[in-house]
Amino acid sequence: MTVIRTLDKDKMDVAEGSYAVAHAVKVCRPNVISAYPITPQTHIVEDLSQFMADGEISNCEYINVESEFSALSALVGSAAAGARCYSATTSQGLELMHEVLFNVSGMRLPVVMTIANRAVSAPINIWNDHQDSISQRDTGWIQMYAEDLQEISDMTAQAYKVAEDKDVMMPAMTCMDGFILSHVYEPLVLLEQDLVDEYLPAYEPEFTLDPKNPLTFGAFADPTAYTEFRYLQQQAMDNALPKIEEAANEFYEIFGRYYGGLIDEYETEDADIILMAMGSLVGTIRDVVDKLRAKGVKAGLLKVRTFRPFPAEAIKNAIKDAKVVVALDKNISLGLNEGSLFTETKASLYNTKVDVPIVGRMIGHGGRDIPEKTIEDIVEEAKGIISSGINTESKYADLKEELL
Amino acid sequence: MKSLFTSGHRGCAGCCDAMVAKFTLMAAGEDCVVISPTGCLEVMSTPYPETSWEVPWIHSLFENTGAVASGVEAALKAMGKKGDTKVIALAGDGATLDIGMRSISGAFERGDDITYVCIDNEAYMNTGVQRSGATPFDASTTTSPAGKISYGNPRPKKNMPAIMAAHGSPYIATTSLGYPKDMIKKIKKATEIEGPTYIHAHAPCTTGWGFDTSKTVEVAKLAVQTGLWPLYEMENGEVTKVRKIGKQKKPVEDYLKMQKRFKHLFKMEGAEEQLKLIQALADKNIEDFGLE
Amino acid sequence: MSIQLGGVCEPGTTRVNKTGAWRTFRPVYDYDKCIKCKLCELLCPDMAVLPRDDGFFEFDYDYCKGCGICANECPKDAIEMVLEEK
Repeated sequence: MTVIRTLDKDKMDVAEGSYAVAHAVKVCRPNVISAYPITPQTHIVEDLSQFMADGEISNCEYINVESEFSALSALVGSAAAGARCYSATTSQGLELMHEVLFNVSGMRLPVVMTIANRAVSAPINIWNDHQDSISQRDTGWIQMYAEDLQEISDMTAQAYKVAEDKDVMMPAMTCMDGFILSHVYEPLVLLEQDLVDEYLPAYEPEFTLDPKNPLTFGAFADPTAYTEFRYLQQQAMDNALPKIEEAANEFYEIFGRYYGGLIDEYETEDADIILMAMGSLVGTIRDVVDKLRAKGVKAGLLKVRTFRPFPAEAIKNAIKDAKVVVALDKNISLGLNEGSLFTETKASLYNTKVDVPIVGRMIGHGGRDIPEKTIEDIVEEAKGIISSGINTESKYADLKEELL
Repeated sequence: MKSLFTSGHRGCAGCCDAMVAKFTLMAAGEDCVVISPTGCLEVMSTPYPETSWEVPWIHSLFENTGAVASGVEAALKAMGKKGDTKVIALAGDGATLDIGMRSISGAFERGDDITYVCIDNEAYMNTGVQRSGATPFDASTTTSPAGKISYGNPRPKKNMPAIMAAHGSPYIATTSLGYPKDMIKKIKKATEIEGPTYIHAHAPCTTGWGFDTSKTVEVAKLAVQTGLWPLYEMENGEVTKVRKIGKQKKPVEDYLKMQKRFKHLFKMEGAEEQLKLIQALADKNIEDFGLE
Repeated sequence: MSIQLGGVCEPGTTRVNKTGAWRTFRPVYDYDKCIKCKLCELLCPDMAVLPRDDGFFEFDYDYCKGCGICANECPKDAIEMVLEEK
């Protein structure tokens, strides 16, 4: 199955990505929203603030905190008290939350947070790449990346569905490319309140801060139990893999829209060359694949929609018959010179019978534009790998040599 | 009366944190949620899978107590469960005056309905008595040790109650373990006033300050009786009540000489001048608050 | 022990930890001197002073750590700290 949208024209609006997300949050009926403004996340929290000012979100409190650190910290208290919680941030704000991210996950609080992905400082840069959220990959948050506005909007409800599942109970980041998705207007269906009410049950956690049943949250665990806490978190991530697929399928049944669960494939079945990527770049690649297919080039696209938990099995099955795979990354692990999608895909294939050559190309950092030509050049280079093997395993694909 | 803070905790013999926790819950009763940061109180009262708390209690991190408290309060309100439930932060001086300053400032500026009780034992006790913003002038700690060219901590305590008053808090009070009934009364009053209220509880630490485990209350009383720790209440920014010292007034030496952290002041050359400076701090408190 | 979701703990469970073993000196009441003022019960950091039906108190030696605050603060010197004999 690939992207499916039976869009009812009567239901369609033209909306900014940030508004679509804010609206999606609203119809998911949150109890506490806590956020601190940061570019390019601001429009989301401004729209939510306006909803609050207009009385459009009932049974909800909006906390105007003094930092991202407090934005997420407040939600630790709120979620433990049994509230459905939401925040949004990006870049420096997300890095400032780093310590709290581990805490939310370790306490098994299913907070959902939108990340308007942006590069990190220094040098300061407000434009898009994925360094911010990728740098938080080990914090125990589910991470999903959206291709377009309809998907990031719909993903909000799916994220609550998965995060709050009793077999998961882990927080989730829904990631949208800053500006490219957050500040763009597209025709879309704003998430439907009546259908969300059917899709997303009320949040009823097993344990809450309640004077009638006075439990302790956040005790310290010494070496006799700490390992098991971590093991259970990993087990919850394992549980999330099928739950993410189920949430996408059930969403399709109710809403008629589908974007993949863990991954999505486009023209991969007979593809010699498979490009894999996350976020809005997927849309660009989709167009390039169409162009190349028209010219007889057997190219395909693997969209990685869920990065945590890492869908190693789904990725392996999607690429096992290709002749070469190129992982495109809007992030770099400095000192390794690889993007994480490349590193992790490569690592997950080792010790398997799949022996596909795979290379990594880092691209579009700090908001650098990714024209189709760049993708086409990457495919051209990949053709050479099929015939004569890997020359350079990982590198920047859009480096300006003249600036060095 | 059954204590809502139970036995079996790992606090030192004579632990000041345990006493403030006990008194806070005596004041608050069962219908409350308590938020505590990382620190002695958290470590000694909640070694998994045990807890000393008989009220709902949450620990998140070191520097976010104010925000977590705001989050609890917002959630209870949003879900229609607030009722008379009191939201109480119970935190050490490092977590309050230093690393958690931003978070408590945010909560008070927003006017959230919480009561914040700072247990001030004047240093980072959980990590081994390092200096905090609440460490008094000339106290020797492991990171402000007295030495050949040092009399200990070179700065006076940060005036946290004044900072909280500047946030427009409706009720602020200082209190002391030397006067448990005063503490219970003030905490109760704070929880009954709507909005962000702040109680700064002076709490001598037997281990960190270096005095016998039986002297926790005695040392606390002397801090008050010397004028070094004035007890007062502020309502809407104005001092409305003080605890007079009167005839009980003692020289600062009586307080200082009971504690190892000040012992250098009675040995080092030139320390007499330092004692005068400390006496001047006490005298200024007595004058400023009209304690005589 | 089996880990509950997120590590929540049931209330008052540190009572399994009998801290009385830490004690070097044990407090002993002289009931002839005691005026039932309740100060010892109020001040005890270990909640180890238990009320009796007759209005006097007794020590809970399961938890008393022997800090001696009760003895130090007793207005009638009705509590003596006695060296523990092992």
